[in-house]
Formats: sequence, C-alpha cells, structure tokens
Amino acid sequence: MCSVQIIKSGYFDSLQDLGRIGYSSLGIPVSGVMDSISAKMANALVDNNLNCTVLEMTLIGPKLLFQKDAIIAISGANMNPTLNGKPLQMLTRINVNKRDVLSFSHTKFGCRCYLAVNGGFKAESVLNSFSFANGITKKNQLINNDILLLDERTAIHKANNSHIKFNRHFFETPILDAFKGPEYDLLSEKQKEFLKTNIFQITLNSRMGYQFKAASSLSHSHEIFTSSVMPGTVQLTQSGKIIVLMKDCQTTGGFPRILQLSEKSQSILAQKNTSQKVSFKLNKIFL
Amino acid sequence: MLVFKPTYKPFGNKAILIEWPQEISEEILQDILSFKNKIQLHYTGFYDITTAYNSLTIYLNSIIINFDNEIISLNKIYSYNVEKTKYKKNFTWHIPACYHSDLAPDLESFLELKNLTLSKLIDLHSRTIYTVYFLGFLPGFPYLGGLSNQLHLKRKTAPDLNIKKGAIGIGGQQTGVYTVDSPGGWHIIAKTPINFFDINKEPPCFIKAGDKIIFDPISKSTYNSIAKQILNDTYKIKKQNLYV
Repeated sequence: MCSVQIIKSGYFDSLQDLGRIGYSSLGIPVSGVMDSISAKMANALVDNNLNCTVLEMTLIGPKLLFQKDAIIAISGANMNPTLNGKPLQMLTRINVNKRDVLSFSHTKFGCRCYLAVNGGFKAESVLNSFSFANGITKKNQLINNDILLLDERTAIHKANNSHIKFNRHFFETPILDAFKGPEYDLLSEKQKEFLKTNIFQITLNSRMGYQFKAASSLSHSHEIFTSSVMPGTVQLTQSGKIIVLMKDCQTTGGFPRILQLSEKSQSILAQKNTSQKVSFKLNKIFL
Repeated sequence: MLVFKPTYKPFGNKAILIEWPQEISEEILQDILSFKNKIQLHYTGFYDITTAYNSLTIYLNSIIINFDNEIISLNKIYSYNVEKTKYKKNFTWHIPACYHSDLAPDLESFLELKNLTLSKLIDLHSRTIYTVYFLGFLPGFPYLGGLSNQLHLKRKTAPDLNIKKGAIGIGGQQTGVYTVDSPGGWHIIAKTPINFFDINKEPPCFIKAGDKIIFDPISKSTYNSIAKQILNDTYKIKKQNLYV
C-alpha cells in the first residue's frame, strides 16, 4: 500500500496545495497553505513542484505511520518532530522507511507546520485543487485512521543531504509589510498614525482570518458597499477591530479595507499564535 | 456612449480595483459586466475577475510594475465597442419556493413583525423579478436586488448557527438563498429544493451576475416531488433568455 496512516490526529490537520485559483467570482474561497513560504521550502527539499499537496498541521501535530518508503521534509512551526522516537531535523530532506512512525507534539515556536513527501499527497481533486475547504471538499480536516495516499511514481531514493538554513527572523519579527487598502483614506490622520505606530494583539486565529483586540481610537462609522476581499485584506470593523483575512476567507465583504498585506507578510502572520502582537508597516509603493 | 468614469486603485501589489459610483443600479451593473467581458477578451496577465455592486477586481499573475500603464490600457479597453453577441448569455430563472412554516422557521415571526398575511407576503415576494448583482459571501450565494420595501426587515441581532441550504431569507433590504448550510442572521421565510451550488457540476453554479430570478410559489407536496426529481437528476429548472 502506498500510503500514510494518521494514528492520532493533531489539533487541526488538513491537506493543502497553493489553492483553488480562478473561482472567486463564484464565491468560492481560494484556500491553500496559510504559510506558502514554508510550504514551498518543504516541497523544494523533496524535489516537488511547489504546488504539490502538503500536510498542514496547526499548534499540535499528529502521529503518522508510513506504509511505504518515502522522502520527506518538514518546515514551518517546530512541533518537535521525531522518527521512531528519535528527534528529526527540520528543513532537511529525510528518508523514511516502511513502518516508520513520524510524530509531532506541541509547537515550540510558530503556529503551522508543513510535511511534504516526494511526489506529494493525493486527495480528492475539486476544481483543480486538492486543498481541503469547508463546504467544498468532503473533508475539511483529518481524523484518526485517515489514510493519506502518496503518488505512486515517487521512488527516487538518492542519498541527499539537502538542507535549508533556518530563518529565525521570519518567526520572530512582529512587523507586517502592508500596502494601502482601497479605503485607507477613510481613516483620519490620527487613525493613520495610530495604525502605523501601535502594536495589535491577536485574539482569534483560524484559516479564515486573524482577529485583533478592538482599539476605540480606530472606531468609525463608515459603511461601504459589499466589495471584493482576498487573503491578506485588512478589514476594520466599526468598533475598531482589525480583521486580517486569510486563505479560507469569503470572496466579498462589507467592512472598510484599510490595508493589504504583502504575500510574505501573510506567511509571517500565519505563524503567529493567539495573544501574540504585531505591527503594520506601510509599504512605500503606491503611496 | 460612455456614461461612467470608473476609477482605478491598486489593491495590494497583485490586484487592480475598479470602482463605479456608490449606488445600486442596473445601469452600473450592466456597465461593470460589459467591462468585465471586454477585459476577458482584450486584457492579459490575470487569473480571475470578481465583480460586486459597484466594483470590479482583476487578480494579476504577477506584481504591478507600472500602475499608470495599466490604467491607460484598461481605459482603452473600457472605451471599446464590443458586440453583445460575444458576451455570455443571461437568463431569467424560475426558482420554486415553498412558503410553509414547516420548511421556513422564521415565517410566522416574520408575518407577525411585519403585520402581513401569508398570501400578501407570497404575493410581494414572488411577484418581483430580482436581479443577480453578483455571487459572494458563500459559494454561489446570489446578491439579489429588487426586494419590495414592504418586506424590508433588519437582520436578527444574534445569528442562527445553522441555516439550511435552500433557505430563502430576508436581511435588511435584501433577499437571497443560502446555497450551503451556514450560520446567518437573515429571516428565513421560504425554502427551495433547487441546488444553487453543486460542487460536482461544471460550473458549480448555474446562476451568474446579470441573470434574473423569479420565485414560483409551490406547495409542500410539490416541494417534496421536485426534491425527489433533483435527487434523481431529472428536474430541469425553467429558464428564459434575457435580452438586455
């Protein structure tokens, strides 16, 4: 059998590629890996196309049984991965054998961890993507005893010590690079200054979005007509609460869009946990 | 003749937002959809286009190098005259709707709050031809314009956690159909057996922006029989060509 069995699922495990591209006009969320930078590193280490499907783990990782030899790489949050009980290097290409057990535990730093296997995981293809999404694919998360299929064509077993240097700054920086959003200029000068100089604490985080503690000095009474939103869009509710939309977000929204995060900043944010703090730095382009 | 002068904004560094005056009107909708068609025919380097009441967003394959150049080429495309025959056809869809409290949990409270009889509500809700402005919020969810002001009612203050797929609701000045099970704050006054969103079909939604919808009142037994036909894939939704 060419597969990996979930012996014990983690807090929230799902299969993701780079997303369901081109269906926004039907109201279908893009989905895909939350931290595309880390996911692409894992895929690159095992010679995959960067769009190959990886396992995305959140906060606490699962325990997996390999039913086939495979080449793997782990990136993103550090969940203390072990292979048959022995600690494993992150960001390194690793050979695993049939009957090996790969375990993850609580995250030491970061929020989302990625496991890539040579050839990629196979899942139900819906609208040209394997990404799990609520209401779109049959499953939206993995549970105990689920079987993950691997691509049959993947039997490259060359010895290889490929490794990517760990970038501590990526996990530690609180700074999110952002462009002015379509409604940035609805903010008063005072509010713009507040937005640029303050730090904001995460109160909730999911694949749909990150919410921040409301700041009364950002409260407003502007209403806009429902319009497009996308991953990275920073919305501001009337009560002064910032919401950063992430990969499973809706395609339209009615709150003012004050900023738009760069792609890199979306990845940086995807590694932040609830109660951590971030700040927004306005990108000079288009100012 | 060009009536509008759309404005352009960068939306991040990989999307362009084009905006029309902040109002809901058929003229603006037609202008937006016509521009969308022209962009699809004449513009390159994008992977998706979405539209809403007064906006159009182009999602680009790569980052914007020179925004002013993009505006120039888009404005040129906007001014093109393109034969309507090159556009996708629009339809008027007849959507069977059962206004019965067994299928519509908020029907009775709605009638009480609005002081209406059931027959008056059915009359007001099903005699209107609604315009589909765009799809959003949920997969395939149509934003409809045209609800009679006698049926306007503020959304619920606390949303219901599980509104069933097919539920027809009223929220503020809008009416719409829940296309998948979802939490929501609208008052549910009817239910349709029609699948507005079927992931196994290509495309998964039969309705698109610019189409029209008419709700045809049906009894509970007709609802059940249509539901059975839909299950067996033998039901055909009634539609007419729409000429704009």
